[in-house]
Amino acid sequence: MANEEFVNVYFFGKRYSVPANLTIMTGLEYAGYQLVRGCGCRNGFCGACATIYRIKGDAELHMALACQTKVEDNMYVATLPFFPLQKKVYDINQVEPTQQIMMQLYPEIYSCIGCNACTKACPQGLNVMQYIAYAQRGDFKKCADESFDCVMCGICSSRCPAGISHSQVAELARRINGKYLTPDAEHLKQRVKEIYDGNFKAAMEDYMSKSDAEIREMYNTREIEK
Amino acid sequence: MYPDSYQESLAKVAAKRAENAAAEPRRMTADEKDALLKEYHPDYREDQFEEIKIGPNKGEKAPHELVAMLQAHSRVHAGDVDLDKPQYDVDVLIIGAGGAGSSAAIEADEAGANVLMTTKLRIGDANTMMAEGGIQAADKENDSPQQHFLDAYGGGHFAAKKELVEKLVTEAPEDIQWLNDLGCEFDKDETGRMITTHGGGTSRKRMHACKDYSGAEIMRTLRDEVQNRKIPILEFTSAIELLKDEEGKAAGAVLVNMETLELTVVRAKTVILATGGAGRMHYQGFPTSNHYGATADGLVLAYRAGAKLLYQHTLQYHPTGAAYPDQIYGALVTEKVRSLGAKIVNKDGEIFVHPLETRDVEAAAIIRECKKGNGVETDHGCGVWLDAPIIDIKNGEGTIKKRIPAMYRMFEKRGIDISKEPILVYPTLHYQNGGVDINTDCETAVKDLFAAGEVTGGVHGTNRLMGNSLLDVIVFGRDAGKAAGARFKDVEIKGKLNLNHVDAFEDELKAAGVETDLVSPKLLSKYVDQKTLLQGPGIIQ
Ligand SMILES: Cc1cc2nc3c(=O)[nH]c(=O)nc-3n(C[C@H](O)[C@H](O)[C@H](O)COP(=O)(O)OP(=O)(O)OC[C@H]3O[C@@H](n4cnc5c(N)ncnc54)[C@H](O)[C@@H]3O)c2cc1C
Ligand code: FES
Repeated sequence: MANEEFVNVYFFGKRYSVPANLTIMTGLEYAGYQLVRGCGCRNGFCGACATIYRIKGDAELHMALACQTKVEDNMYVATLPFFPLQKKVYDINQVEPTQQIMMQLYPEIYSCIGCNACTKACPQGLNVMQYIAYAQRGDFKKCADESFDCVMCGICSSRCPAGISHSQVAELARRINGKYLTPDAEHLKQRVKEIYDGNFKAAMEDYMSKSDAEIREMYNTREIEK
Repeated sequence: MYPDSYQESLAKVAAKRAENAAAEPRRMTADEKDALLKEYHPDYREDQFEEIKIGPNKGEKAPHELVAMLQAHSRVHAGDVDLDKPQYDVDVLIIGAGGAGSSAAIEADEAGANVLMTTKLRIGDANTMMAEGGIQAADKENDSPQQHFLDAYGGGHFAAKKELVEKLVTEAPEDIQWLNDLGCEFDKDETGRMITTHGGGTSRKRMHACKDYSGAEIMRTLRDEVQNRKIPILEFTSAIELLKDEEGKAAGAVLVNMETLELTVVRAKTVILATGGAGRMHYQGFPTSNHYGATADGLVLAYRAGAKLLYQHTLQYHPTGAAYPDQIYGALVTEKVRSLGAKIVNKDGEIFVHPLETRDVEAAAIIRECKKGNGVETDHGCGVWLDAPIIDIKNGEGTIKKRIPAMYRMFEKRGIDISKEPILVYPTLHYQNGGVDINTDCETAVKDLFAAGEVTGGVHGTNRLMGNSLLDVIVFGRDAGKAAGARFKDVEIKGKLNLNHVDAFEDELKAAGVETDLVSPKLLSKYVDQKTLLQGPGIIQ
């Protein structure tokens, strides 16, 4: 690696010197940790690598995804590979898309004290407190949109004095929105029915029975939608 | 922020942007593509492959790294565990909790089976979670299942098993509806019409998406549903060997707790392998877009149990892996960037390939351009530009932020605004085209052993199209769940559970003169720096 600059980071309070261009995750590995927990997609999608850090001498606590965050000099790092979130079970076919369901499954959202710690902590930069407010009101669409980029790392919940499992609340809102509140795709329903009725059977059999040369010709000369 | 050394090239790209935005690059002819692939695609580099010496695919080729795992020793032998006292006794054991495994679990549960899932990391720590671009289905008026068939079969170089492709495309619309009904949030317009785009190699706009978190949205919906159904999942627990009964039918597995290393025996009437891909094998030294647990374990387990592989020598190198900065080297830059109109240009800002050729052709064209010296040099080698700002020029300002927010965020965090600057890219190891051979019921050559998703081969021939893999895991995941959910009712496990096939495999290794210290499946890749470590019994005795 061309970059020869090193920084001092403190993993769980112990100092290691690691190349400055690493992430917290690859820094841990460089230091000698073989990760099992706290490492999933390695690219910011799965939320496995929730991490807390503080720069020495600084009062502020930072929350981050270890795979997405560069190491810094004097960074004190603790990983948060698991956080006990509450996931309530429900039958998606039975729920009704009203505020009632939130009150029933996640009543603690109504104890939100508005401290905004969740929003400040979100490594995805989401307005977490706002989407919880939408959920309180039963505005599932807005809650779904606002929370869409959530990776369910649990960091917000670790900071919440009201014990809210934000990402689970948002998951419920998104499923309700996707299933009940977004209009159905009529062309999709139509196509499912046509297939069920066997409308494409003959054409498909015809394609399947083509010789290699014929199908190649068809493929190479097929018209491509602009 | 890009280093100073890139600025000259960046200026050239910017100067040509308007012209490039309007350009309609030519597509290659079939002959041009063939010639390009033979010379530049990694699958054609003979020195990177070797012959498999034993087992059902003896005599065929596979990458060195895979052969090493296929021909390694088992991690467990008869006598290491008491196979007569299984800790679990279930109807359906599902190995791997990504998209395919979770879909299978839901269907097997629906069929009334007693299901157990086991997975290496957590449910959803999987390639499915990472899919950005979308999922194909022929549900628009100008499209049809047979048109989808033509694209998939042709895109896969006419090598796929036709009957599997037929299933893939015919069940696609129904499965999109299924996901929709589970609450998955597809991109739709105000009337509910699906917003669909092209992907590389599609002849109709049939790519459905959930912004550029398509896989994440599908995966978290499936995970929530699995949890709602209270299907038991053993997390941080990997399968290290399949078990058979005295008739040689698959009848369970030996699992290892990834943290405590404790072994667990599961007796199961049917087993579904859904372990996904192999990016973390880093074939030919390529970086990868895959999740941490993608180490071809399923191929090893199935192969030792006597299942046949298909097209194990073909891998997919995604043309646009991030080549800069270091922290995201190899990470995927979704094809959707090109679907939305971005062009690929060289260091002088010249277009050298149509942006939506099939992935293998596109990747080979980029490798060729770099070999010609027309790429931008990086710490790891070379890259070419994916000129993303063209998207906003063509579709209106704000399109990037709205349609590919994950991409925008990934680069914004590193000080690169992709609505203003291009992205430096180079091919990255992305997908295992081949895998365990299955029939239309998802059954392998081993009775009662089913497989679905990226671990299988045959659905995509020797090259998979974008959007057909998410589709594959839903279609065949569900089908495997249904098949096992029907089969278990007639299964009788005969006699004792055993690892005889492992002993036989070890004998074959010896007879073939294979000498190795390696064990497999690999489970995790080591990224730890080489250090001098304490040898022997460890700290606590
Ligand atoms: C970055 C990225 C982007 C992609 N984008 C798209 C796209 O836009 N469209 C598309 O169609 N496809 C896309 N793909 C491909 C697609 O996402 C995958 O091929 C597909 O999701 C694989 O699903 P799966 O269920 O077979 O495997 P996975 O989702 O990978 O799940 C496999 C699971 O098995 C577990 N496992 C592995 N070994 C063991 C073991 N020994 N014991 C127990 N568990 C084990 C793994 O940890 C994992 O949880 C993309 C892939 C990647 C990596
Ligand atoms: S490892 Fe998946 S988000 Fe960091």
